[in-house]
Amino acid sequence: MAVTCAKLLRTVCPKFLLANRSACLTAPAFLPSRRQNFLQYQKKRFCSSVPRLKKETVTLTFLMPDGERIETPAKVGDNLLDVVIENDVDIDGFGACEGTLACSTCHLILKPEHYAQLPEPPTDEELDMLDLAFDLQDTSRLGCQVVVTKNMEGWEVRVPAGVADAREPS
Amino acid sequence: MRVLYKRLSLTRLRTLSSYCCRWGSSRSADPHVAIVGSGPAGFYTAQQIIKGHPTVRVDIYEKLPVPFGLVRFGVAPDHPEVKNCIHTFTQTAHRDRCSFIGNVQVGKDIKVADLQKAYTAVVLCHGSSNDRKLGIPGEDLPNVLSARSFVGWYNGLPEDVGLSVNLDCETAIVLGHGNVALDVARVLLTPIDILAKTDISDYSMDALSKSRIKKVVLVGRRGPLQVAFTIKELREMITLPKCRTVIDLLTLSSLNENIDGEETNTHTVTIENINELPRPRRRLTELLYNAAVNPPEKYTKIWNDATREWHLKFLRSPSEIVPTSSKEGPEAVKFIINMLEGDDDPLRRKAVPTDETDVIPCGLVLRSIGYKGVPLDETVPFDTSRGVIPNKKGRVDGFPGLYCSGWIAEGPVFVLAGAMNNAFATGKVVLEDLGSSKLSSENKGGKDAVLSALQQKGVKTVTFTDWEKIDQAEILLGEKAGKPREKIVSIKEMIRVASSE
Repeated sequence: MAVTCAKLLRTVCPKFLLANRSACLTAPAFLPSRRQNFLQYQKKRFCSSVPRLKKETVTLTFLMPDGERIETPAKVGDNLLDVVIENDVDIDGFGACEGTLACSTCHLILKPEHYAQLPEPPTDEELDMLDLAFDLQDTSRLGCQVVVTKNMEGWEVRVPAGVADAREPS
Repeated sequence: MRVLYKRLSLTRLRTLSSYCCRWGSSRSADPHVAIVGSGPAGFYTAQQIIKGHPTVRVDIYEKLPVPFGLVRFGVAPDHPEVKNCIHTFTQTAHRDRCSFIGNVQVGKDIKVADLQKAYTAVVLCHGSSNDRKLGIPGEDLPNVLSARSFVGWYNGLPEDVGLSVNLDCETAIVLGHGNVALDVARVLLTPIDILAKTDISDYSMDALSKSRIKKVVLVGRRGPLQVAFTIKELREMITLPKCRTVIDLLTLSSLNENIDGEETNTHTVTIENINELPRPRRRLTELLYNAAVNPPEKYTKIWNDATREWHLKFLRSPSEIVPTSSKEGPEAVKFIINMLEGDDDPLRRKAVPTDETDVIPCGLVLRSIGYKGVPLDETVPFDTSRGVIPNKKGRVDGFPGLYCSGWIAEGPVFVLAGAMNNAFATGKVVLEDLGSSKLSSENKGGKDAVLSALQQKGVKTVTFTDWEKIDQAEILLGEKAGKPREKIVSIKEMIRVASSE
């Protein structure tokens, strides 16, 4: 019974909750505090006695490669990878390294006017990963590095057609 | 909570629908897909196929008792973030329409053709298990190793555990300019207290802590514009604690030559020249150039108190590995100096030998000039020169129902994200064929048929639940040593833990 329960739990658990179970797979020192926050937040949600944390949200639209438009709420303070995971936006393979700047799979393309409004330009480390992304544009960013702010209401974010990189094995 | 409900109801719906189908008329015709290899290519292909078909059952076969291929045995121990994809693979393996069947050597325990008899479709994702050789004298000396085996050695790959590595020397030469070359150089040069916190295997830790290596020289046959490694890995080397970066000055004239199209001896590569390159190559070249000529203070600060160093040398092809007088290992590597010729596009120029030569003394040689696939058995077509299975969009030429993805399909040209893309594409092709009348699922016994055949042969298979016992045991062992895990490196021990209650 216990085994069945555990299995069921795993089937229904969001990805990042599962990550907690096997967090020792990765060196804790490398884990960004963001994920810890996310886990804390998840815990809160499972406990009905604690009022749900009300956070300010904006509406974002993801433009999928097949032309579909997915409108989704996005909490201010979350990053775009959190937004995709939390709202089950179905992008194949998005965020393989779980926001640790070790892959380019959360690559998103912003409109030039939006890109210019972002408070921080990409770091060298983010650019290093973006350089391996398929369909790289001047206004490309990694979703895990873009934090949602109030002024993002109504922004449209393009999801590139695929992910690819042309480097040798690492 | 809403998310949880949503997921629960979705799961129930899916389960319900699969039950309906199972009890309905289509029961016997549910497609079965076998995947050979449980690395990124295998798991991402499985993920795509399960997602795109309501009733398909996918079984992932693996040669070793443990899953995840190069994510476990290839990714460097100091890159734990890259291994986060294991969480997604684990989710896939927990799907009720997915099974992991470890410790089965397809080609030996069961032929690919036999798998095809039991499955609607078979996807080969077994990667490139061999590596290219130099074909020069001295290559078979002790301490002249393939970087692939060296990686397997520090990552606890059972077949490489016994590799004889002698680190009682001052200089190591790494032949090749790819990311594997940088990986092995980094592992050789990283301060031991950093490595101690990774899942590096304990015996390699032991050997590395006694290492006398002070200098690692990376030598490539072409120039700085043709390097195959990527910028993240280069930046890591340049900022490696207590390690100095020395980039061969000769290269600057070759950099000039490449960019300006004419030979000059002055080091006047301007940023305008570099700006004409595509962005990834431009940024990589800028970093190389700055590190060589004009290193910013943040780099020189690290380099000033360095106790070790790495050198990047270009335009040299090894011609001979010279043994020590006792022939117990290498004493030096002889190189022929190359020049670049050909193509107008500087990135595609070829190396041609000149009359000049060079000798670099060393006590360890690691060759890292590319991986190569090998066929599983004679029932699979194979392109031996490229080391891949000939295919069109993942469909194996002339073999309906047989597919391939990842390195065995494309060659060892991409890392995780690329393998993922390729696997998704192959998965879509399989789904397309499952949806057409091309493939028949009638009389396909799937896993049950194969497992009984394997049982008769005395093959002890390992399930995903078994793997999770090994996983837990490794994490427990690691805790004692203050590491994320201590890998179990003997197949016998893996099976023992897997069979334990």
